[in-house]
Order: sequence, then structure tokens, then C-alpha cells
Amino acid sequence: MAAIDFKDDSAIVIIGSGAGGGTLAHELTRRGIKVVLLEAGKRQSLNSFSQVPGEAFTQLTWLDPRTQSGDWGVARDFPTLPVWHCKTVGGTTVHWTASAPRLRPWELRAHTTYGNLAGTSLIDWPMAYDELEKYYKIAELRMGVTRRNDMPGLPASNNFKVMYAGAKKLGYKQVHTGHMAINSVISDERGYCIQQGFCVQGCKMGAKWSTLYTEIPDAEETGNLDLRIESTATRIEHDRQGRVNAVVYRDREGKEQRQEARLVCVAGNAIETARLLLLSESAKYPRGLANSSDQVGRNYCHQITGFVWGIFDKPIYSWRGATLAGVVEDEVVNQPQRGFVGGYRIELLTLDLPTLPLVGLPYGWGRDFASIIDNYRNLAGLFINGEDLPRPGNRITLNSNVTDAFSLPVANVHVDEHANDRAMRKHAQGQMSKMYEAIGAKRVVLGPVPPATHNLCTARMSADPSDGVTNAWGQTHDVKNLFISDGSVLSTPGAANPTLTIVALALRQAEYINRQMKAGEV
Amino acid sequence: MTRFPDSQPLDRRRFLKTTGLLTGWVAAGSSLALMAPAPARAWAIDLVVLTSAEGATLMAVARTIAPHDKLEDAAYALVVQAIDGEAAKDEKIRKVVRAGAAALGSDFAKRDESTRVGALKKIDSSEFFQALRLKTLQVLYATPMAYTYFGYEGEAFSQGGYLSRGFNDLRWLPEVPLQDSGPVPS
Repeated sequence: MAAIDFKDDSAIVIIGSGAGGGTLAHELTRRGIKVVLLEAGKRQSLNSFSQVPGEAFTQLTWLDPRTQSGDWGVARDFPTLPVWHCKTVGGTTVHWTASAPRLRPWELRAHTTYGNLAGTSLIDWPMAYDELEKYYKIAELRMGVTRRNDMPGLPASNNFKVMYAGAKKLGYKQVHTGHMAINSVISDERGYCIQQGFCVQGCKMGAKWSTLYTEIPDAEETGNLDLRIESTATRIEHDRQGRVNAVVYRDREGKEQRQEARLVCVAGNAIETARLLLLSESAKYPRGLANSSDQVGRNYCHQITGFVWGIFDKPIYSWRGATLAGVVEDEVVNQPQRGFVGGYRIELLTLDLPTLPLVGLPYGWGRDFASIIDNYRNLAGLFINGEDLPRPGNRITLNSNVTDAFSLPVANVHVDEHANDRAMRKHAQGQMSKMYEAIGAKRVVLGPVPPATHNLCTARMSADPSDGVTNAWGQTHDVKNLFISDGSVLSTPGAANPTLTIVALALRQAEYINRQMKAGEV
Repeated sequence: MTRFPDSQPLDRRRFLKTTGLLTGWVAAGSSLALMAPAPARAWAIDLVVLTSAEGATLMAVARTIAPHDKLEDAAYALVVQAIDGEAAKDEKIRKVVRAGAAALGSDFAKRDESTRVGALKKIDSSEFFQALRLKTLQVLYATPMAYTYFGYEGEAFSQGGYLSRGFNDLRWLPEVPLQDSGPVPS
């Protein structure tokens, strides 16, 4: 591993080591480019992952304070935890459930496809689908996605058998164990899935792709990576011309450090990415970095989610097996006659104890609440993953009333649901309930909307600089040598779990940065 | 099963360093019995700041929040222990818990369930109740006793996952065709 000098202004600084930042670090370092990778969290390993659910949550989760507002259910049900993502080397790829579907071509033309919907700020992506598809193919190979290339599907678990039977009863055609970035066979020097069911706690097999044990060690091997853990970026600085030239951060002792940089890539997950840009305000950029359009933090999307549980009179043991390995894709279509635009996936899911009563069930206590858990053996679970609509008022802002450990204002997450969001969730929960009822469920329980795990669009790519924050390569419209490299750049969320898209865009961005550097453009 | 037997053999020193104690008997064959050194089947949990009477009230609150009739008291006692631990560290929590328990009255644990439910419904938006509810869910459902009770098998890596331990043993529904599933590695 390289030790890069604080004053070395030939290095690229990447902030965040998850799907976007970790992948980008590998792609740049293998091209001979020196990278300082700042990660706010600690470094875990297959060995150190806790398999005690509560402990694992604390070990991996970003728990620094945040506030929230708006009418979404999360503000009511989980007031202290608007979003659930990681603070650890590997970022959210450590706890993700590894669903890796592609967006559909029409999802990149959301504005054209859905039209001018009141209360939304829809745009089309500034790139053609073919272009994204090229990088999807590379990403799928890299991540070992099942049902792509030579990677077989994962075998059906008990929970999936229930999903499958119900889906088939309803006439669904596209039902399978999913496109999962989980090895079904030995590949990439990693083992195959042994169906632990502990995807969210960190995969101790390393069968699930995570930058923690793929991209980051590969980057380290190049000798060009300087990974600094427990290093929290607090400000990006710029020179008189307005080009960024350094990142200020707190190291593990809380001491302020300053790393000079030729170019900066921000990949801190959509909440912290937006917050860092806003925190980096200056006389030249009074609204924050890359924010002349006033779009930084706006259009926050999180995808439509929600649990549906089926209680049966026979055992399922839903916890046995890869947590999310199952999908119905028939509803990933735009059919406004359903009462909403955009599509959704029906995905397999279950939760451990004690997470099920804490996160998965509607608020309650007493006999009825307890009776659901009494049926834990006989419980099957599903989850919605649907497209939500961007709204200018759904945004990340700085809340000066609450500060973090470094006395900086925390992020406030504001979400007011659009009627379309509610209509989609209702439709999805209805279909999922029918699936379970069709095969004899004794009871169906609709769960709450959990803290958001897919945080997107807060620094979105746009053809018109006034509509977004970056161009089609994640390069900010305002500052040529400042890039955004995480889910913040998605122009719209679509209905696909976002990690594959984030990785594909990072692969593409690395090529672009390399080209631009060689051409002397950045 | 006696909730608070009078004839509990106790280590005297415990009374010197703790303020309260929750005690009980563990059902034979339960997971806690398996963990406890034989032949000790009695359990006792030290309380650092809460009194035994407060502990008894909180235990009854936990059981009213999450009533599982055959789940033994020891599991609920661990909830009280966790609350006591937080109360010992944080004066604000201690005050909230103490005041909450006092408001429910010293005979709360002896009331029948519908009376207890009625009393808790009146305070279910209070800080006291919300803290008790959260702690009950967090601790109770993570105890080894609860895992056994609900059939949850938990951590699987050390046993080779569920790959050969029933991840696909459901037989009451049709099997999934291979094209929609995948080969089981062997």
C-alpha cells in the first residue's frame, strides 16, 4: 500500500469506499493513478463480522446523528434513523443483500415515459441505454452476478418456494432466484453461498460481492492506494480559479488533516455526499460546492419499499438461506392503468430476531403483536422495491440545530410522498397479499416502510446544468475536477436495486477520468 | 414455577453491592438450563440501581408488551437487567424508569393481564413506555431462550450455513423448476 504525502497534489482523493468509491479506487489505481481513499468507518473482515444481529448492526451501520421531516412513514416509525447504510470499509456493500438487476431502457427516459407529472422533477438520463449496458456487462462479470454469463442461479430456499408458488398462482411469468451478486459456484477466488441467511450482517463466506474483499484489496495490490480508515471528510477546498485542490478530514484521533488533491471524487452515500458538498460552501460557492443550480441535495429518492408477511400453518424457516434470493419481475413495467407510473419488483426477504419485531412489523405490542412472532417458524416474507418519483422538496439539507462529533451541522432528510408513491405501494402490497392468500396463508401482515437503504439522486446527472449537479460521467457541472461517484448521480431511481448501476457508472467514470487526465483536461 | 421464591439460596455478598435482585426457576430442558451449570436451575439477576420491587414491575411490563405465555421469566428478566444497566449509566434514564414504575403502582405485577394492558395503554406514548417497548423487543427477542422458543436457529456460519441443514427442505409446496432456481452446490 502506498503512503501518499499530504502535500502530494498529484493524487486523486476518493471519499467513501463502498460500491462506487471502492470500485473507482480499484479502477484508477490499476491504471497507475495514485489514490487516497478516505473511509469514515473501521475495517472489518470475514473473521471479525459479528453474527449477533444487534451487534452486527452497531458494527456496520452509520449511526452518527441525523434528523428528518416530511410525511413519509419512516419519520414516524424510525425518527432517529431515516436511512440505513454502512460506515465501514466497503461501505454499504458489506451489509447489502446483493440484488443486482439492471435498469430497463425506458427507466432511463423517465420524464419522456411518465410525462410532466405535477409535484415531480423528473428528467431523462443524459446517456443512452446502450452506453450503460456496456458497463452493466463488465460489472456483472466483475461482481459475479447470477443468471448472467456463466454464473448459475442460486438454488431455491424454502422462503422462495412459497414466493414462487404464490406468484405462479397469480400468473406471474418472470419469477426466479434473482440476479444476485452472490457466488453460486466458486469464482473470483471466493467461495459459494452456503445459505447462511446472514447477508445483512456481513457475509462470512465472502460469497457475496463487497468492495471490502474484492476491489479494495485489488487496489491495494497495485501499490497505488493509500486507504485511510476512520477518516471523516468535513470539507472540500478549492483554489482561486474554483478548482478543488484539497480535502480536509478528521483522522481517528479526531485531529484535522488536509490532503491535497489533483481531483476529488465524492462517494459518501447520497446523504453524506450532499451534506459534504453543502458543508463546503465558500465565498466563491456560497450555496455549497457544485451547487450553482441549487440542485445539491434535492430530488432525493429512496425507492418504494415495504414488507409483506404471510403466516402459514406449516413451517417455512424463512431465515435459512440467502436473504433476498428471489424476485418477481412482471411488475417492472410502466402501465399507468394500474393507477401509477413506473414499475416495481417483488423481492424475497426475511428478517432475523430481534430485527423482525423492531423493523419488519407494524408498530404494536400486546397479544396480537406477539402472536405474529409466535408464528416465526411459519412466516414467509416479501419486500417491494419500486421506483419513487423525484420531488424538488424531497431533499437533504444542513440542520444547524443538531451537530455531529466535529460540531458540524447534521443532515436533515425530508420526504413528502407523492400520491404515485402511495398508489404503487398499495398495489404492490395488494399483489403480494394475493400471492400468499392464493396458497392458503392464514394471515397476511403488511409491514412498515423501513429506514431507507437505497439513497439516490441528490447530485444527479443531467443534460441541462440547471436540472442537476453532474454531467453524464458524474463530473460536476460547476467544477471540472470534482466528481460524484455514488448513487447520488442517478438521474432517476428506476425500480432496480441500485448497486449494479452504481458500479457500472463507476467503471465508466474511471475510464473517463483516465482519458481526461491524459488529455490534460483535468 | 415460582416467580420470587422465598427460599432462594443466595450469595450474601450480592446484597452488599446491588440494590435489587430478580430470581426465578428455569424450566427443565430449556436453553437457559442447558447453559447453566448443572444442577443449578435457579437463576438470579443482580440489579445495580433498581430495587427488586421495581424490577418485578418492569418485568411485568415487558411481559405485557410481548406476551408469550410459555416463554420463561428468565428471558424477561434479561430485559430488566438491560434496563437496569442503562439506568446505572444514565441518570436521565434512571429517573424516567423509576418514575414510570412508581406511577404503575407497586401491585402492577400482581394485576391480571387486561388490567395491565389498560394501564399501559394510558401511557403508551410516554417516554417510559416507549423505552420499555424498545428495550423489550431488542433484548427479549435476542435471548437464547427466545431463539429456542420461536425456533430461530440464528448464526449459521460455524455450522456450514443452512446449505445442508434444511434451507430447501420445505415439501408442502411444489419444487421450483431448475431454470428458475439453480443447482445446489455439493
